[in-house]
Amino acid sequence: MPASRATRIGLRVATALGLAFIYLPLAIIFVYAFSEARALAWPIRGLSLRWWEQALTDPEAIDALVTSIQAGLGATAIALVLGTLLSFAVQRYRFFGREAVSFAVILPIALPGIVTGMALNSTFRTFGIDLSLFTIIVGHATFCVVIVYNNVLARLRRTARSIEEASMDLGADTWQTFRFVTFPVIRTALLAGGLLAFALSFDEVIVTTFTTGGDQTLPIYILKLLSRDPSPAVNVVAIVVILLSAVPVYVATRLSSDTGVAGGRA
Amino acid sequence: MPAYAPDTPPARGDAGRRLASALYRRPRLQLGLLLSAPIAWLVVAYLGSLVILFVNSFWRLDPFTGTVVYEPGLQNFERLASTEVYRTITVRTLGIAAAVTITDALIAFPIAYYMARVASPRTRGWLVVTILMPLWSSYLVKVFAWRIILQDAGPLNAILRPLGLEGPGFTEGEIRLWLCFSYLWLPYMILPIFAGLERIPTSLLEASGDLGARGWATFRRVVLPLAFPAVVAGSIFTFSLTMGDYIAPNQLSSVQFIGNVVQSNVGVAGDLPFAAAFAVVPVVVMLVYLAVARRLGAFDSL
Repeated sequence: MPASRATRIGLRVATALGLAFIYLPLAIIFVYAFSEARALAWPIRGLSLRWWEQALTDPEAIDALVTSIQAGLGATAIALVLGTLLSFAVQRYRFFGREAVSFAVILPIALPGIVTGMALNSTFRTFGIDLSLFTIIVGHATFCVVIVYNNVLARLRRTARSIEEASMDLGADTWQTFRFVTFPVIRTALLAGGLLAFALSFDEVIVTTFTTGGDQTLPIYILKLLSRDPSPAVNVVAIVVILLSAVPVYVATRLSSDTGVAGGRA
Repeated sequence: MPAYAPDTPPARGDAGRRLASALYRRPRLQLGLLLSAPIAWLVVAYLGSLVILFVNSFWRLDPFTGTVVYEPGLQNFERLASTEVYRTITVRTLGIAAAVTITDALIAFPIAYYMARVASPRTRGWLVVTILMPLWSSYLVKVFAWRIILQDAGPLNAILRPLGLEGPGFTEGEIRLWLCFSYLWLPYMILPIFAGLERIPTSLLEASGDLGARGWATFRRVVLPLAFPAVVAGSIFTFSLTMGDYIAPNQLSSVQFIGNVVQSNVGVAGDLPFAAAFAVVPVVVMLVYLAVARRLGAFDSL
């Protein structure tokens, strides 16, 4: 059913408007970062780089960045291990409760952040665990596991099991097959899942507000700036955050676009 | 790219080989080893926490001593049901979540359709990246952007005022939040619908055409039913993310969401059992939502 010319034009216009809707607010953030004036009135008055200097030399911002990276790396590490194990179990085996497991694993992204945050907060309190970087990592890992799981699962589904059997037939044992056949196939999916998990952790704020003690991640720091009277310095931090999360996401998209090893076409 | 095993396999101790073949003969043991750590994590860190949240919601706070009384009772839920303010907040939260979901589905569908069935493969790849990037880029930044756009002397009013119009002010919190949330979660709706539309075999559309259906009839009776599970999949995110938010309501309006009440009761002077009870409400709503979504086949589109 080739769409009619009018339909195609209509769809193209709708898409263009949609993209404008998505990107205009981000463009506004960008413009204000170069404003001379402190007030956020429109149009901006004068051009200046002074907010860049102020934001990028703020030791609190740098501390927050370091904390965010630590939390992201910790959560990603947990997610890579658990997500991969789980995706192999769900994809390769049939077992009692398999459906329940695949349902439970998506709960952390399907349930609202306040629920995850509040649940973890209650648990930490109940067991007398002090809120710290560790509790932030636990909170982030809950929803990062799903991201790795989904990526690896999708790759395993696209990959023919027969190449592993061929490896075994040729005399390789379980470890060698994993090392030389399975792992290379899922490698880019692991990298993509890991990058996305890191980006998600890097951006998370709602669960973090329930699981942080004194530690400030970058979003918590931005939230603090926003609750005062925000200056264009916030926009500078915002742009840095956008760029820092855009790079891993871009790389991850590129990585997931190549397919696994399909049966017969390998 | 498959890598090939080198001609000479690396030397490996007998123990490693024996373990490998022992495992190979025992698939149940393999499964157990694969599952134990993730299941332990899910149960201890996540499902266990949900249970503790649930249990906490039955305790109560002694109003005089400010300490938690560990006697199970339904008083928190009775308070939620009988207090006008909390009923209003619940209805508002769910209402805006529903409005945002419908808005996003309406905006997302033509974009996803264009990406999946009209655009050239090159444009499609470019569009996927273009829409995916802001999905992951900072949530707070986007909320802040809307705060700037909607402020009294902001860009929106700069455009509207010469036309004699006015953007939604601080007192029209619901409209501001509807706008901001529709913006925030739009990519979460576009991508599943795009994936769903892309999966529809072209042969089905051709068959529909061969059987005499015009463009619109094919769309309504073939494309829409096949894409509907994907819309439901996207709606899980738009609905849940809106329902669980408290930061945008704080930043953009003076209205409260369920999350605001929960969050404000977690502090030192807060009423934790009551916060837990109110947090149970979105859990119940989402579990019902997910059960329905699953019946509609949305899980294959996640």
